[in-house]
Amino acid sequence: MRFTLRQRQIIWAYIFMSVALVFFVIIRWYPTILAFNVSFRDWNVFEGSGPWVGLENYQEIWKDAGKPRSSVTAAFSNTVRYVLFGVPSQLVLALAIALLLAQIRRLSAVFRVAYFAPYVTSAVAVAFVWNWLYQPETGLINQGLDLLGLPQQPFTKSPAQALPSITAVAVWQNLGFAVIIFLAGIQQIPGHYYEAARIDGANAWQLFWRITLPLLNPIIVYLTVLGTISYLRLFALVQNMSPQGTGGPLKSTTTVVLEVYREGFSSYKMGYAGALTVLLFFLILLITIIQLRFFSRRVEY
Amino acid sequence: MKRSKLFVLIGALLVTAMLLAACPAAVPAESPAADSAAEEPAMADEVVEIEYWQYNFAARVDAMNQLIAQFEEANPNIKVVHNADIPYAEFRDKIAASVPAGVGPDVATLFYGWQSVWIDSGYLVPLPEDAFPPAMVGEKFSPMVQASFVEGTLYTLPTAVRALALFYNKDLMADAGLDPESPPSTLDELADQAAACTQRDDDGALVVQGFVADPAAQDHHWFREVLVRQFGGVPYTDDYTEVLYNDEAGMQAWNYLIAFHTDLATGDRDLFDGSTNAFVGGHVCFHVDGSFRLGTIAKNNPDMNYGVAELPSHNGIKSTFGSYWTHGLTKKAAADQARFDAAVKFLQFITSADAGALWVDIVGELPAQLEAGSNPELLADEKLGAFAAGLEYSHATFFADESQQRQAIIDSFDMVVLTDEDPATALQIAADTDQEVLDDFWSSR
Repeated sequence: MRFTLRQRQIIWAYIFMSVALVFFVIIRWYPTILAFNVSFRDWNVFEGSGPWVGLENYQEIWKDAGKPRSSVTAAFSNTVRYVLFGVPSQLVLALAIALLLAQIRRLSAVFRVAYFAPYVTSAVAVAFVWNWLYQPETGLINQGLDLLGLPQQPFTKSPAQALPSITAVAVWQNLGFAVIIFLAGIQQIPGHYYEAARIDGANAWQLFWRITLPLLNPIIVYLTVLGTISYLRLFALVQNMSPQGTGGPLKSTTTVVLEVYREGFSSYKMGYAGALTVLLFFLILLITIIQLRFFSRRVEY
Repeated sequence: MKRSKLFVLIGALLVTAMLLAACPAAVPAESPAADSAAEEPAMADEVVEIEYWQYNFAARVDAMNQLIAQFEEANPNIKVVHNADIPYAEFRDKIAASVPAGVGPDVATLFYGWQSVWIDSGYLVPLPEDAFPPAMVGEKFSPMVQASFVEGTLYTLPTAVRALALFYNKDLMADAGLDPESPPSTLDELADQAAACTQRDDDGALVVQGFVADPAAQDHHWFREVLVRQFGGVPYTDDYTEVLYNDEAGMQAWNYLIAFHTDLATGDRDLFDGSTNAFVGGHVCFHVDGSFRLGTIAKNNPDMNYGVAELPSHNGIKSTFGSYWTHGLTKKAAADQARFDAAVKFLQFITSADAGALWVDIVGELPAQLEAGSNPELLADEKLGAFAAGLEYSHATFFADESQQRQAIIDSFDMVVLTDEDPATALQIAADTDQEVLDDFWSSR
């Protein structure tokens, strides 16, 4: 069997790419499929196996969710709240900043770096810095409030403020990525659309509503889907910003992933943790499908 | 057509590669047993290598290295591999990930409160009775070590144990006009002196905290095993199947603890991230903590002028909470007779009275064997003496799931101080949550 030069190039391309695929299959897919398997078993972490118990883990989650002050219920409702608070604020802020950045020439690279830097910083480092900023009495934010004559706030120490405080940090951390993507999108919009509109007498508000925003729709969808998934999987910030990393105070900041971690690695209930993972997987899948179906629409001029 | 052949070829390559890569992952679960059966006779005269794991804590690593050197000298045919590279926060995760893969320790050090979970997970094996007779343990070891018997079977033994005592900052006491040489000896004195020692600035912000109630530190232990008993109750039934601290005595103990935050307002655990940091930083007058904190202070604030006294008594009752890091033999060790024998020898060595005596000098934890713990020199020690004195009246809680049972107390405390829940209701919720964890554990036995 002889291959042409072109075919040989293709073969080599696939061989090189397959390395990544093999990695992906072993590191990503195999554990994912295993998690489904684990969720149907009374999995013993030390033996690496366990008897098949069918839906028992799921029934237990259902039973736990019905109890007062349930961690599971708190985890799911908090996770949804992180998404509802985080994603819209992230999109609106990022778009506003991107629009401003698109206006300026001088120092624009400096601003981009400043906005993007938190995104590439480790979440644990970010959490520590913000823990200091949020400190009562000695924290920078509370000292600032003091100077302004405003009352000090407990932030992550209070069940009411903890979740919004952590969400704010997550927004701050993810903002840079959304800004850069928006900026790329804004620069893709042909300038003559705006020229034509101005000649027709459109004002700045109309330019934004009728041209910029509709043409950015694919980007908005993309960022919404990615942002939603990242908030649904929130873990590192919560683990490092809540007291003792337990999703407190009083379960007010716990997330599904944090509960998975606690059940799996602190109580060693791997089957239960696996079942929670599977539920989260379906939640993410469902939300993503809905978003893609309802928000995607092609805009052409 | 040619194109499709190409895809088949590449597809086949990929599948083969994946199978090759996936295979080793599936095998180790069964291999150790098979290997050992085949190699056992040949191994008899060779050097047996066993692995020992603990979490990374400089003084413990140093002490264990010295013990291992002594042990290897006495037993030239046993080699002990010491793995102490794992940070505390990841220790349990690492064990959970390593053992199923067949690469974990033969002898592992764990917090005694984790025993039930580890035993339930099938990780620890019982200690052989001929090498560790239960009667010997009852006679020679501190009474708190009874917590190593799970349903009558001995699973682990410690080198050293710890107890709680009262730390006091002499300089802050002197500043407040208190006598730094007579720290509180009763609960009432503690409440009075803590209130006297507390100082606020003109805006009412705390400058010096008298006492910080912080159940996330050691105060959940102090509540269960000390305060409840001192107010005339018992925290659990003797077999630790039932929660009893939700009674009248428990309620008094609970109110006593909470008052430091509410009525007396002698401290706020949110300042300096918890009572421990605040005390080590020199901002707190009185603090309940374990002997392991002596090392933290020596390292982080060596110039602090402080003392350690026995925990304050109440109604004439003395009590303290004892706890310990303990060593167990793993399923991996039990899979191979030669390794198991070596591991037993090693465990006997590191739990001896001599090992405990070496340990106290380096780590500052008290010897688990009474013979070494009641050493007059130790009892007279300015800092360690208070802990050593507590050993004879110490209680170690049997935990079904330490982190959950601790969280129950923390959450109820939070309910009172953060959401104005009625203290009695909050205590009942803690008891119910705790009871549920216990029921869960005992029903699966």
